[in-house]
Amino acid sequence: MRDVAVIGVGMTKWGELWEKSLRTIFTETALLAIDDAGVERIDSMVVGCMSSGLFVGQEHLASLLSDELGRNPVPAARVESACSSGGLALRQGFIEVASGISDIVLVGGVEKMTDVTGCEATYALGTAADQEYEGYHGLTFPGLYAMMAVAHMHKYGTTREQLARVAVKNHENGSKNPLAQFPFKVSVEAVLNSVLVADPLRILDCSPITDGAAAVVLCPIDMARKAGNRVVRIAGSGQATDTIALSSRRDLTWLESTHLAAEKALAMAGRKIEDMDLFEVHDCFTIAEIMVTEALGLVPKGRGGPAVEEGLTAVGGKFPVNPSGGLKAKGHPVGATGVAQAVEVVKQLRGEAGERQIKGARRGLTQNMGGTGGSSVVHVFEAA
Amino acid sequence: MAGIVGYGAYIPRNRIRVEEIAKVWGADAPSYKKGLMLEEKSVPSPDQDTISMSVEASRRALKRAGIDPREIGAVYIGSESHPYAVKPSGTVLAEAIGATPDVHTADFEFACKAGTEGMFVALSLVQAGAVKYGLAVGADTSQGAPGDALEYSAAAGAAAFIFGEDGLVADCLDTYSYTTDTPDFWRREYQYYPRHGGRFTGDPAYFKHITGAARGMMAKAKMKPEDFQYVVFHQPNGKFPLRAGEILGFAKEQIEPGWLVPKLGNTYSGSSPLGLTATLDVAKPTELILVVSYGSGAGSDAFVFRVTKRIDEVRELAPRTRDLLDRRKTYIDYGVYAKYRRKIRKAE
Repeated sequence: MRDVAVIGVGMTKWGELWEKSLRTIFTETALLAIDDAGVERIDSMVVGCMSSGLFVGQEHLASLLSDELGRNPVPAARVESACSSGGLALRQGFIEVASGISDIVLVGGVEKMTDVTGCEATYALGTAADQEYEGYHGLTFPGLYAMMAVAHMHKYGTTREQLARVAVKNHENGSKNPLAQFPFKVSVEAVLNSVLVADPLRILDCSPITDGAAAVVLCPIDMARKAGNRVVRIAGSGQATDTIALSSRRDLTWLESTHLAAEKALAMAGRKIEDMDLFEVHDCFTIAEIMVTEALGLVPKGRGGPAVEEGLTAVGGKFPVNPSGGLKAKGHPVGATGVAQAVEVVKQLRGEAGERQIKGARRGLTQNMGGTGGSSVVHVFEAA
Repeated sequence: MAGIVGYGAYIPRNRIRVEEIAKVWGADAPSYKKGLMLEEKSVPSPDQDTISMSVEASRRALKRAGIDPREIGAVYIGSESHPYAVKPSGTVLAEAIGATPDVHTADFEFACKAGTEGMFVALSLVQAGAVKYGLAVGADTSQGAPGDALEYSAAAGAAAFIFGEDGLVADCLDTYSYTTDTPDFWRREYQYYPRHGGRFTGDPAYFKHITGAARGMMAKAKMKPEDFQYVVFHQPNGKFPLRAGEILGFAKEQIEPGWLVPKLGNTYSGSSPLGLTATLDVAKPTELILVVSYGSGAGSDAFVFRVTKRIDEVRELAPRTRDLLDRRKTYIDYGVYAKYRRKIRKAE
């Protein structure tokens, strides 16, 4: 297996991009990554996208985007794993370079979500749940995560205010990210008084509906060094699946797929979780970040709530989680999220994260999750 | 100079509260009240429609104008709820006020700005010397689909203005219109309820056109927000006009006199025109008023009015808009509302 480096990253401002179509959003971002990498050619493309069919009526996406980018006839694949489509695209690109099949691979993630109504978007996102066991009974993602939150509160005494503190922290971080959809701070009171979505979750507990894309360029590390590129190594990649239906889980408060994917990625990297200097994780809802910090092993089971309250996961804390602002403040264009997490970690490890830079960051971890944890993808990055 | 010689308002007596609608749909009333800054809305009675409300408002405008209706050369109604798809509303109004037969009549439709559209044309005909007086009405019995966010705001009301060149209560100093093709809200033929683009109705639709028209108007008239004592924006909900004011640099005090929406709802073609009648009710001679309408699809009309001395003579000749809003209200429940709005129908 060859060592794989990230040599280019690209991301543009996220938000309600009504004046841009999916292809434009993707192409602008991909060109930034290709420019950043300074490469003339790419050998292959992998694109993560959850539901361009339901959101914009477009499938056959990989060929469309390689054409739009002027890269035909390179091989191009679109991968889908709900909200972890981006993370999975990165993993497929990593495998392609590591195996020697391709040298320079463009990995992108994209989602255009605001061309449909809120109801249609909720339906499209809901297809990531188990249709027969969940969808047909009327469950949507806010409802599913609300049940996980209630279970966590019941079992561990996690409080409503601890959930709010996740949003407060991530908006604080996101206020320093000019590409974030919502780059402003919120108070605990604002979260607690925001519109109720699915009890106990309020609108400020939920990541938004977003248009956006992110891209990275990968190549073998030896090739990158020869070309004089700034290099961040992908030291580990792990993925795991779990039941899609929440009702089939042994424990509603535990994300087994995240736990296993992290174990695999860290084992490949030969590192422990404590070795990481920062974490970009899947805070699609505030309760998700609390459960992810537990599944990654940053805190013992049930301690995710107190951890955020004590500032453990703040920038400046022992384990900075979501310095980019996370899905909450940065936005959550579902297929792009996993790739954007990699973009943030690479910027941090290069020392290019500006105001939100974690000083002296050498290693970082990304965790991207589909559905309520039916799939998880974890990557470990090291400055090289 | 041409301007307004008389104005009148009409608001139906029935009201339904946000809580009453939210209760039926299992929605969170405090969220709607806070998010939309709405408390209640007006509801027309079963025998009321755009035409009957236009007649009421126009009679009041005639009282304040003190003119012979036979001298009115143009009668226009702007609405998106004309009772007939084919057959004019304006002819009924012209007949009812005694303006027929020497009169030009037309119905306008441009979502929520049909009212100011009629005002723009009536004013222009007076300015051109084609008619002595022109009457324009903005009126709607707007419909929101059951359970849709619009159901909390879609209300009923009418405002009428008679334009002329003598006996003015307000000079019209200048006008400006701002239009693009922006499909944020629509209703196709044979559809009962309109559809809308959700959050797309905000920044790229309402705010772009309102701020575009307001800035264009002020640039054309060489005026600044501080020059105006009052500003009236289209009021689809409580929040939008206040935010538009913030963006443009108007103080809340300039907006509030015409800000009827928290207790009235969105009267569509009647919305900014009713805001203007409420503002004229309190304005003093020489004060300046900026009016900016908005109609989905999309466009905004802007007017600069300067109030004259005659306002003090005519104000009390017809009911004030705030009194129509605050007095003699009848609260109805959702069942009665559903019947009045023909959401349920009696078996034949």
